[in-house]
Amino acid sequence: MSEIQCGKKNKQEPSDNYWEAVLFEFLQLVIGGVSIGCIYALVALGFVLIYKATEVVNFAQGDLMMLGAFLAFTFITILGWNYWLGALAAIVCMFVIGNLMDRAILRPVLGQPQFSIIMITIGVGYIARSAAGMMPGWGNETYAISTPFSSQGMRLIPESMGQLVVSQTDLSVIVATLLFCAGLFAFFKYTRLGVAMQASSQNQLASYYMGIPVKAVFSMIWGISAAVAAAAGILLAPTTLIDTNMGFIGLKAFPAAVLGGFGSIPGAVVGGVIIGIIETLAGFYLPPGFKNVAAYLVLLLVLVVRPQGLFGEKTGKRV
Amino acid sequence: MSDAILKVRNIETYYGPIVAIRGVSLDVQEGSIVTVLGANGAGKTTILKTISGVMDPQKGSVIFDGQEIQKQDPDWVMRQGLSHVPEGREVFPFLSVYDNLMMGAYTRKDRDEIARDVELVNSYFPILKERSDQPAGQLSGGEQQMLAISRALMARPKVMLLDEPSLGLSPRLVKEIFAIIKRLNVEQGMTMLLVEQNANIALHTADFGYVLEVGRIVMEDTTANLLEKDDIKEFYLGMQDHGVRGKRRWKKRKTWR
Repeated sequence: MSEIQCGKKNKQEPSDNYWEAVLFEFLQLVIGGVSIGCIYALVALGFVLIYKATEVVNFAQGDLMMLGAFLAFTFITILGWNYWLGALAAIVCMFVIGNLMDRAILRPVLGQPQFSIIMITIGVGYIARSAAGMMPGWGNETYAISTPFSSQGMRLIPESMGQLVVSQTDLSVIVATLLFCAGLFAFFKYTRLGVAMQASSQNQLASYYMGIPVKAVFSMIWGISAAVAAAAGILLAPTTLIDTNMGFIGLKAFPAAVLGGFGSIPGAVVGGVIIGIIETLAGFYLPPGFKNVAAYLVLLLVLVVRPQGLFGEKTGKRV
Repeated sequence: MSDAILKVRNIETYYGPIVAIRGVSLDVQEGSIVTVLGANGAGKTTILKTISGVMDPQKGSVIFDGQEIQKQDPDWVMRQGLSHVPEGREVFPFLSVYDNLMMGAYTRKDRDEIARDVELVNSYFPILKERSDQPAGQLSGGEQQMLAISRALMARPKVMLLDEPSLGLSPRLVKEIFAIIKRLNVEQGMTMLLVEQNANIALHTADFGYVLEVGRIVMEDTTANLLEKDDIKEFYLGMQDHGVRGKRRWKKRKTWR
């Protein structure tokens, strides 16, 4: 996996105020961290959506992201479609794939022990990775998707105050994540189907009694989850390029989901951003190597100190 | 009794190898309240679950409105017009009271009618209107029971299945809820199949009753008659028979054994 590009350091002549430079350096790192954290947030969001509804932890989430990125690569680079059209098509395709995955692979094992279901998702991940490697035109190389966003920095504050820039790529990730979260929030809160999805994840049996087609609703949730993963993959592509193993980033989204409180959607987003920031800061200020383990150190710490996470819900049933 | 809207014929349902109901038949006439009484583990809930499709019977049939509905998915059964108010209320704890009601009307499309039914339900349970925006998980047990009944009503069912509406409620609330159940039956003509442990209130609310013991129906009659029977009085209503000697005859058996 290619190294994730973190915040850009500004090689500036030591100005009159040393601490100001340190502060701007820190802020610059945070901006980079937020951007990569948004990717974690989107992948974690996928984890949480599926977990909340079906109590399945989908270890193939990262690989769904990889598939989404490769589909976008196919549409945009190989077929030469417009970027937005290609991205949209990839997201729609992944929605269908996620939906079918639930119908074909997970629904038949409904009612089996959790362990077997989790093993199946891990297996699906492996298959997806190998299949992507075998596809004509895809293969095990590293590819780039041409995007309309430049990696050139844009000033956030006037030059007289200091150097603080954000690249268009980073900005696109942050804005897209915000839009996705807002869209999902509105969908779950205000649409009939969205509320029915919440209902099915809160009480499956009662949802059946209400006439909600719970199985179909679960497939829809898998679809949404895969679509969000595809979006994450497409947004990540300019930063890390795409290859068949990019799905391992899903493993970093896992601490993000736990930090936010597994099962909380806002938690997943906040957790993702925090993990992104911590990772970037650790990569800069701590000795080499800490960047890769920082997320897991946070995971361990959270499990010890606050196992329910930041936004975890602890409620008992009233009898 | 061929015009019954819900007919259960000789169903047998198993939990794995364990038989829970052994050949139960019952009829629910349109516009009436029918109750099934029984102790813990008699199979009352299992009957309702078999009717609503959560459990599949090994044998027998369930005929609703002239159509066989056994072994179908519960959401399909519900769309035929059978609403189930489950045991233990099972509201959606993190949805608002209003959204819970909307979920009850999930299968309906007519917005105006749904809005009218929300008004209707609120007139029966005014407390729910006050709590409209609160998450259902924050309601008291009695309010949750009211919500569960209202939610089932929102589907405009032909028949409601009520599973132990008195569970875990104070005697005053039980009275209140059963009064509303009776009103719904009289004013809205709602047909109900009511399963209950609280025999006293159930017999005073319902029109017809079945007595269930370990998976079999051992007695069926109008509730007026059932209330007069010695066995019911002694074993279900707890009224003791003071014999000639002024003492309880401890050897007395139930007549159906």
